[in-house]
Amino acid sequence: MLDAIGVGSVQEIFDSQIPAPVRLGRALDLPAGLPEQDVYEHLRELARRNVSAEDELCFLGAGMYDHYVPALVDMLLERSEFLTPYTPYQPEISQGGLQVMYEYQTAISELTGLAVSNASVYEGPSAVASAGYMAKLHNGRSRFVASAGLHPHSLATLRTYAHGFGAEVVEVPLRDGLTDIDAWSGAIDGDTGAVFFAQPNFYGLVEDAPALSAAAKAAGLGEGAPGSGGSGGGPAGQAPPVVIAQVDPITLGLLAPPGECGVDVAVGEGQSLGNRLDYGGPSFGFFAAREEFLRRMPGRIAGETRDVDGRRGFVLTLQTREQHIRRAKATSNICTSQALNALAGVVYLSWLGRRGFAELGRLLLARTHYARNALVALEGVEALHPLSRPAVREFALRLDADVAAVRERCAAQGVNPGADLHALTGREEDRGGLLVAITERRTRAHIDRLADVLGAAVAAERQGQAVGAS
Amino acid sequence: MQREAAVTIFERGAPGRRAFQCPALDVPEVDPGELLPAHLLRAAPPRLPEVSEPELVRHYVRLSKRNFDLDSGFYPLGSCTMKHNPRLHERVAALPGHARLHPLQDPPRAQGALELMYNLQQALAEISGLPHVSLQPSAGSHGELAGVLLTRAYHEDRGETRHRILTPDTAHGTNPATVTMAGFEVLALATNAEGGIDMDDLRAKADEDIACLMLTNPNTLGLFDPNIAEIAEIVHGVGATLYYDGANLNAVMGLSRPGDMGFDIVHFNLHKSFTQPHGGGGPGSGPIAVSERIAPYLPMPIVVRREAEGAQSNGKASAGAAAPIFDLDHGRGLMEARVGSRSIGRLRGFQGNYGCFVRAYAYICSLGAEGLKDASETAVLNANYLLARLRNETHPPLAEYLPLAYGKLCLHEFVLSGGPMKRELGLKTLDLAKRLLDHGFHPPTVYFPLLVDEALMVEPTETETRETLDAFAEAIAAILREAAEDPEIARGAPYTTPVRRLDEVAAAKNPVIRQAL
Amino acid sequence: MADYPEDLLYHAEHDWARIEDGEAALGITWYAQDALGEVVFFEPPPVGRVLVQGEPYAEVESVKAVSDVIAPLSGEIVAVNEALAENPQAINDDPYGDGWLVRVRLSDPGEREALMDAEAYSATLGG
Repeated sequence: MLDAIGVGSVQEIFDSQIPAPVRLGRALDLPAGLPEQDVYEHLRELARRNVSAEDELCFLGAGMYDHYVPALVDMLLERSEFLTPYTPYQPEISQGGLQVMYEYQTAISELTGLAVSNASVYEGPSAVASAGYMAKLHNGRSRFVASAGLHPHSLATLRTYAHGFGAEVVEVPLRDGLTDIDAWSGAIDGDTGAVFFAQPNFYGLVEDAPALSAAAKAAGLGEGAPGSGGSGGGPAGQAPPVVIAQVDPITLGLLAPPGECGVDVAVGEGQSLGNRLDYGGPSFGFFAAREEFLRRMPGRIAGETRDVDGRRGFVLTLQTREQHIRRAKATSNICTSQALNALAGVVYLSWLGRRGFAELGRLLLARTHYARNALVALEGVEALHPLSRPAVREFALRLDADVAAVRERCAAQGVNPGADLHALTGREEDRGGLLVAITERRTRAHIDRLADVLGAAVAAERQGQAVGAS
Repeated sequence: MQREAAVTIFERGAPGRRAFQCPALDVPEVDPGELLPAHLLRAAPPRLPEVSEPELVRHYVRLSKRNFDLDSGFYPLGSCTMKHNPRLHERVAALPGHARLHPLQDPPRAQGALELMYNLQQALAEISGLPHVSLQPSAGSHGELAGVLLTRAYHEDRGETRHRILTPDTAHGTNPATVTMAGFEVLALATNAEGGIDMDDLRAKADEDIACLMLTNPNTLGLFDPNIAEIAEIVHGVGATLYYDGANLNAVMGLSRPGDMGFDIVHFNLHKSFTQPHGGGGPGSGPIAVSERIAPYLPMPIVVRREAEGAQSNGKASAGAAAPIFDLDHGRGLMEARVGSRSIGRLRGFQGNYGCFVRAYAYICSLGAEGLKDASETAVLNANYLLARLRNETHPPLAEYLPLAYGKLCLHEFVLSGGPMKRELGLKTLDLAKRLLDHGFHPPTVYFPLLVDEALMVEPTETETRETLDAFAEAIAAILREAAEDPEIARGAPYTTPVRRLDEVAAAKNPVIRQAL
Repeated sequence: MADYPEDLLYHAEHDWARIEDGEAALGITWYAQDALGEVVFFEPPPVGRVLVQGEPYAEVESVKAVSDVIAPLSGEIVAVNEALAENPQAINDDPYGDGWLVRVRLSDPGEREALMDAEAYSATLGG
């Protein structure tokens, strides 16, 4: 090979290109390579030092959930033909992947009640931020109003992105766990380009999405809304702010589709749909919007068409919106979708099926209701928000004890009772808070065990405090 | 099977069929209508498919067979680094200790994951020559966004407002889009006759309104810019940052490091050099490494390592040397002095694409220092060999029809121009690409970089054999010989694929992006 | 083939103007539509929008690229070509006739001095 190239060694090629001062000139300071079996043992040893949902009873949620992933998803994702291809830039040999995207887009459109879905984006919080950017490009306005019910990671990511493209983010507080609609209307005005809320919200409560959407549009147009004290609406004929909702997709079998609640753009974390926890990623974000946003959508989109012989086929379309053609005017810089994770999503949704998806939602609702009642009945445990506010798969408690210490006691019993709320949000009203998530893998027996363990842990901590031990 | 008419999952099944069996209701049933008002409840179940498991499996397995993939064939896509994805990685990523770990698990009970991430950070720091790493960004373009936002934070912290970012006109399209998204303007830099940065243009444009120069080295032409030291000096001289797009890292691992070249910020594509499978278009992962002066702005959280103290917090003495403790720093505590609240914040939820970290880490463990260097050397050898094979081919004289756009040798990839082929044989690069499909190869990257007429960007990677490279060169030669006789054949290609050329115009004019249900 | 009618004025960014009675019809040139490829989408700005010479006022989208359309002259839009919504391809087939984009009432007819005639414009295209 070297003869064909016309050099004596590979080193010659490097030396001809790389100037001497930037040649490394030494070996990388990394361990030597290992045979496959040693690498396997090492990775297994690392795995053993993680306490996963396999090892303990996991009630952690807050954005990612321990749902059951059917075996056929694992099998399909390991197939060479789905795992190893590149992005489908040559559609003639990528019909499998392109059709999967089309099916996925159809499923997301159907779930959200919105006409346009892309083929997926990275994950939830960055999808929220991307939606904000799209809104800004759409209406040119740089003021965002966001409910404190958004996932804290979504709020943080939105702020990071907004600082870059020049938008202000105003946070609206909750009242008793739901977005305070008076504060919401009061914060929104004619300069507001986009508004954001979550459904269910971060605390697991179901928001009145139609009311929030309507109030946002009214306030943005300067129409009288109860208690609105904003600076008034925009110029006549100006479009209202874009209503963006971050939605938990597993609840869409039960709750009304965002598109029927006045929402313009629905985004969210797709991990619940057939994807593993994987310590936080990779997963996928979904991104759906009204028809008018079709040509501004970020990310990849697959479209149906015909070939020269009239065969039905699929291609990437509207690629001009993407980075590699529009360059500086692109609606986003997103180069990939999360094709493999979205495949898991559409397979999972097809596996659940029309009835199964609704049944799953009702099962989660029933178990959540049971768990919430069981836990608030414990001494030293109360609901953080009024029980009259419905929760469908997750809810918040307040413990009359140090949350970290209680969680440690539970961990020693093989139970992870949920997330430390204050550690996640930093809000004073969340002190003592515990966020408990329910999936179909958490049976009644598991919930009963949680009640026992949590009850005992709280009692032990309270006793310790009463006695005054350090 | 490949040629059968496309049927979507929504067109299969029948009412009442199901794959999922819902677990039994072991708690009192709750009527949603009693808990929630009607206007918040879904009126009718979503129109998802109703299929049995066998139908579901058959549908997707058959669909998979309409895909070309890397396990099946050669993908010489320039700038994509389509190297073999070792299957060990799937096995280790699937271990429940990794796969079923919740991202909010307390750090003391996620030491395996945190140690893995820390070790990966250290390895990437060593490979790049920049000490501080964040694994958070989700893809290359996300890492780029991070780099530009870091640059913004750096300048703002010094009380400066800069508006423009320089990118070479050969840059990947992501760069300009990222720049705009982060609130800057793009200013293009010219390329010189050798394919490197036009130094006069750089000197003319580098001023104190420039926030950053974004570069990849070697560049998209596969050429290492010999002026890199001077480029760094000029950029730093006006107080701007120098950003490295790691798309072409496969050429220089263990041989040259962006940190030593003078870069401040580097992003890696774990789905390129580090074998994260492409998955048909994602997931990926785009960690970044930065210099000391940029470290304060890194996104949070990052993984840190502490030596365990001799005395534990409850006052008891420890029983001998304790293992280091790995933790997630959210901007408080250990690294406060350096990091604190100057971080740009979050770019996404949780810690990043851990599943990709597991695979990349397994790869680095498998190859080790020598193996990584060997990978780059072999990648460069393979690219130059393929280039030589194509140029030495006389039947037809490929060097005339598909000349190398710049230079004589290349690093890990090279760019040919299909201009002469178009003029003399009436064959466009697009037609060559489509005809290659009939030969069982994925074509190279086409029409990029924009700088080269009818561009063809070829990157074989180190995991291809000589036989494959020879076969590919032979296929190109055969296509051009055929075109010399009758160019219509290639213009009508492909013929043997599941579908033939598709009407992309119709798809864009009247987009149909979901099934009517 | 390449065609640059003599009765039009041209802007360097590949836009043309046909001036009649204080108004001008505007569009993109043969060169621009050829570079773009088959146009798939054009959304005109609303009637009443004010255009500024040299500034972009709309986008023309093809399968492979999107291009800004630059206003060769300043003025207020009095009419837009609605037919392009159904048939954007008219921009390719007849860029100077059925492919017209908008008509404006000129605010400063003197601006025409800054434009080129057909000969000067096609010279900029390299022959």
